[in-house]
Amino acid sequence: MAKAYTPGLLVTRHKKHRCVRRLPIAGDVKVKVGDRVSADDVVAETSLPGNVNPINLANQMSMPPADVMDCMIKHEGDPIAVNEPLAQTKGLFGMFKSTVNSRFEGTVETISPVTGQVIIRGAPLPVQVRAYIDGDVVSVREDEGCEIEAEVAYVQGIFGVGGETQGRIAMACTSNEQELVADEITPEMKGCIVVGGARMTAEAIQKARDVGAAAVVSGGLDDEDLKNLLGYDLGVAITGREELGITVIITEGFGEISMAERTYDMLKGHEGGNASVNGATQIRAGVMRPEIIIPLSGSQAAQAGQEFEEGQLVIGRSLRVIRDPYFGMIGEVSALPAEPHVLGSGSKARVLEVKFPSGETAIVPRANVELIEE
Amino acid sequence: MNQIDPDQIQVILATDCGSTTTKAILIQYVDGEYRQTHRGEAPTTVEKPFADVTMGVVNSVTEIGELAGRRLVDDEGRIITPATDTEGCDIYISTSSAGGGLQMMVAGVIAEMTAASAKRAALGAGSIVMDVIAANDGRRPHDQIQRIRDLRPDMILISGGTDGGTTEKVVQIAELVAPAKPQPRFGSDYSMPIIYAGNIEARDSISEVFSEGGFDLQIVDNLRPVLERENLGPARDKIHDIFLEHVMAQAPGYDKLMGWTGAPIMPTPGAVGDILQTVAKLQNINVVGVDIGGATTDVFSVFDETFNRTVSANLGMSYSISNVCAEATMANVLRWVPFDMDERELRNHVKNKMIRPTTIPQSRESLMFEQAVAREALRLAYKQHKEFATTLKGVQQQRTVGDTFSQETAGQTIVNNMKLDLLVASGGVLSHAPRMHQTAMLLIDAFEPEGVTMLAKDSIFMMPHLGVLASVHPKAAEQVFARDCLIYLGTCVAAKGMPKAGKPCFSWELSGDRSGSGTIHGGEMQLVELAEGETGTISLAPARGMDLGEGPGKKVEREVRGGTVGLILDGRGRSLELPQERVACQATVQGWLDSLEVYTEEVQPAAV
Repeated sequence: MAKAYTPGLLVTRHKKHRCVRRLPIAGDVKVKVGDRVSADDVVAETSLPGNVNPINLANQMSMPPADVMDCMIKHEGDPIAVNEPLAQTKGLFGMFKSTVNSRFEGTVETISPVTGQVIIRGAPLPVQVRAYIDGDVVSVREDEGCEIEAEVAYVQGIFGVGGETQGRIAMACTSNEQELVADEITPEMKGCIVVGGARMTAEAIQKARDVGAAAVVSGGLDDEDLKNLLGYDLGVAITGREELGITVIITEGFGEISMAERTYDMLKGHEGGNASVNGATQIRAGVMRPEIIIPLSGSQAAQAGQEFEEGQLVIGRSLRVIRDPYFGMIGEVSALPAEPHVLGSGSKARVLEVKFPSGETAIVPRANVELIEE
Repeated sequence: MNQIDPDQIQVILATDCGSTTTKAILIQYVDGEYRQTHRGEAPTTVEKPFADVTMGVVNSVTEIGELAGRRLVDDEGRIITPATDTEGCDIYISTSSAGGGLQMMVAGVIAEMTAASAKRAALGAGSIVMDVIAANDGRRPHDQIQRIRDLRPDMILISGGTDGGTTEKVVQIAELVAPAKPQPRFGSDYSMPIIYAGNIEARDSISEVFSEGGFDLQIVDNLRPVLERENLGPARDKIHDIFLEHVMAQAPGYDKLMGWTGAPIMPTPGAVGDILQTVAKLQNINVVGVDIGGATTDVFSVFDETFNRTVSANLGMSYSISNVCAEATMANVLRWVPFDMDERELRNHVKNKMIRPTTIPQSRESLMFEQAVAREALRLAYKQHKEFATTLKGVQQQRTVGDTFSQETAGQTIVNNMKLDLLVASGGVLSHAPRMHQTAMLLIDAFEPEGVTMLAKDSIFMMPHLGVLASVHPKAAEQVFARDCLIYLGTCVAAKGMPKAGKPCFSWELSGDRSGSGTIHGGEMQLVELAEGETGTISLAPARGMDLGEGPGKKVEREVRGGTVGLILDGRGRSLELPQERVACQATVQGWLDSLEVYTEEVQPAAV
């Protein structure tokens, strides 16, 4: 029989996690295999070529492009400052010369005899890549970056905004079903990864930002609040570069929805410990979900037991329904009928039967569930 | 790839690896003709943790194997070729849009001329055009350079200048691209392919500009050698070559997949374009095809043998659903829904679909809302297509005294709904609609066909498979297209003009396999029985000011073909307008849905 793959978000108490830290272009890698690094350590750095600024000298000096080369004061490779003379016309009998000064600082990169265009390259832009998680360097790719490995507890969120950050886990809610409101946020949460329960309100996010929290994580969020937070209506889920001053992650979805109990319990179990989080989400080619990574000590890793096993859809598997009318409910697979089933919409689809903790069962399309990885 | 004798081919296996689903079909030679016999599908597996496209292929093929009672995959997980009586296939072919498909940046000198031609070449080859850089695009040079730096294209197409014309401008464009050093999305090992298809005289200068910096420059014939003519073939062919050699080879598992196929893997939209052009030519008709996917909507048109394709990059039903609602506005989406919905809940619902794109509507209300979004996505995509599919701009026209009162100028859209003969729908929301009446209604509401137009849907999104099959076995592709690919929904008769509500819009009389007559009033729709395989002749007498193809008020007679829905008579007028007031709008829309029996209880649902 064909295997049924059902995508699921990974939530695991223990896994060996590898994370690739790579420069956008070649540069210096600062670590070697075997090094122990902290999340904040710089592991590689480089300089991006500076901004490029074209100046069309042929137009500015009103001459054919081929003649520009003879008028250049600065030549390819020469540094140049703002307002420094770049080129000068020959004038009439050595008089009435006109000079073109550079509007940019940088280096003359090219002078084109075809177009009369000069390219000034600005100063290089430094780029640093940090370790992001506490761990061991297990491989190094020369001039490119490295791979860091660590024993971690790992939570994959469903959606986030904002980039990489680190902090101490601070629980703001007393249960996974409690809404995260502004009153739960305190000044002691400065620099922390604040964990809520169910939906987080816009005011809670605002207050978390005001107290200087690194990130806020909760079950759900209203789209309207996301729109207000970003300042625009998000069209496609490609995020991570927002500069909001805080990283925001939801673990379940949009609307009134509680964090999965197991996720909440796991995060609570690590209260006070450090975590690395990244809100970057890309739901397209190269799907990327936000993540919360909690490094484990040797003893914690041993206690946590086995790594998760990538499972398939089988009876007894824990799952979450991800579409109305049962959106957000968690249960387990109680039957897997082979024959397609007619849905309320009139469509015919492959379904499964899910049993909720209350004992009730429901028929749900297989496309509308996701496995909870253990 | 081994050369295969088409006459020896009895069993054909074809897959299309989409961004979310891999769809496989089996074509077999049965009773002297090629027929599509079984289909299977499975989630595409280009993403982690699988990161190997062949896993999804094997899963979809295994499903077919189970249905067909034919072993198609061996114990090592490879597709079995050649076929025996009980197992394997003679040839395996595939298309792909997985991993975001082919993403390109194009550049030209003048936005409306060479850059537009370059964009047409890129789109025709099946790519997504991320941006068009032109000397007159209104951006300052350093903004253009910054944009090039920010993009992560798979390749860049540069055009500009007619052959023998000035070289300066096109070299200037190249001089912006080269120092920007655009980074390919596949990492630093990948040399950025640059296709130059501009002024032949600038080739040496262009080669000089790209001689350093890790570019892979490929030079082909100018795609606009003279202003009056485009020559897009060489650029399109080169794009296909680079797609195969560079882009596909970078995607996880594709090297393995390329070793399995008996013909080059084609980008999905390129294959769809090929088969639609073939059909338009064979039947001498004007065709519009639409493929609405999760992320993008492709529109293809062939009018008077001129082919155009557009991709609306952020109009789709899952990944981009939120963008559709933002672009169309929620009010425009909700005008198609004949009941009240809580807007806050809907906004959350839309975002949840965006972040979990593979879910399907379980309830009737959920389905109706998604179909309302689809109408808006299709409407916007068609609008963009009409704006792009124009006559060549920049062509000098000699006007005579007879043209004095003609408003026609270069750059007019060539899309003419009155001349449209066949409208073909494909893509999940259209193909998987539980009732074909829903598909027909979506097409009519979004595309607003005028006059007499045949409606069809690609039964199981088979056009990509047939497009690539046509390159190795045209006969099999043609036979399967005619017999199994299209499901005819019926014919739509719609009058252009603004009829008065309740007053006669046009009268009709049908003869042939079915007969009947009547009058359609302004704002009214009617469904007349005309089953699949049935044909007839319809005589139409439009009211004063209304046009059904021969001019306002002029009588029309046309052959019509039936289908799974029937003959649809539309007296709502063109362009279509809905009441502004919410309650009146709901009642109006409900009336139309009832007239066409769009949502009824006793239906035999289609599989999804």
